[in-house]
Amino acid sequence: MPRVIGVDIPGKKRVEYALQYMYGVGPTRAKEVVAKLKIDPATKADDLTSEQIVALAKILQEDYRVEGDLRREVSGNIRRLIAVNCYRGIRHRRGLPVRGQRTSTNARTRKGPRKTVGAVRGKEARSVAKAGK
Amino acid sequence: MTRSIKKGPYVEAHLMKKVEALKVSGAKRPIKTWSRRSMILPDFVGHTFNVHNGKVFTSVFVTENMVGHRLGEFAPTRTFRRHGSATDKTAALK
Repeated sequence: MPRVIGVDIPGKKRVEYALQYMYGVGPTRAKEVVAKLKIDPATKADDLTSEQIVALAKILQEDYRVEGDLRREVSGNIRRLIAVNCYRGIRHRRGLPVRGQRTSTNARTRKGPRKTVGAVRGKEARSVAKAGK
Repeated sequence: MTRSIKKGPYVEAHLMKKVEALKVSGAKRPIKTWSRRSMILPDFVGHTFNVHNGKVFTSVFVTENMVGHRLGEFAPTRTFRRHGSATDKTAALK
């Protein structure tokens, strides 16, 4: 299994698809890179020569933001939104959908598994609930 | 769909006038505004805006990171208390 940029180990697939196992590389980028380096997209990732792998790693790291750098950029953007205390930041902080989707139902991707909250009745129960929080 | 770059950022004229007046006078007075849709320009950095949220004015101190956002993004219009707690109102029903 070839390694392109550190830990990425795409499998026994055609290069154009194997590259997509990398974070930040999708169909468009994979094809673009392969075409730029004049690699036959039909070659299996295993059959790449080491020069080709080096060339791929170089082009991906220098011309695009992939893997760690991209992840860092994304989380940095989110951190900025939270720090600046804007609406989107607040939604990120609370783990709710950020782009105006409904939350009455659905939104399970952001909210996670359902947590049912029943009504807290009576004065004692209320003070217990408050203390528990 | 994002706004055309050709048009430039949208800032309400009356707000712009106030900011410019403040800049000339050099004072740092909070600017009271209802214009939540105005974009924050680099000129706004360091000023405080009292942005209306539909009920009261929320004080927003503009920092460099906020440039490009709208004023309204910093003055939430909704309050979420929480679910499931009996309020005095529901207790009175019984």
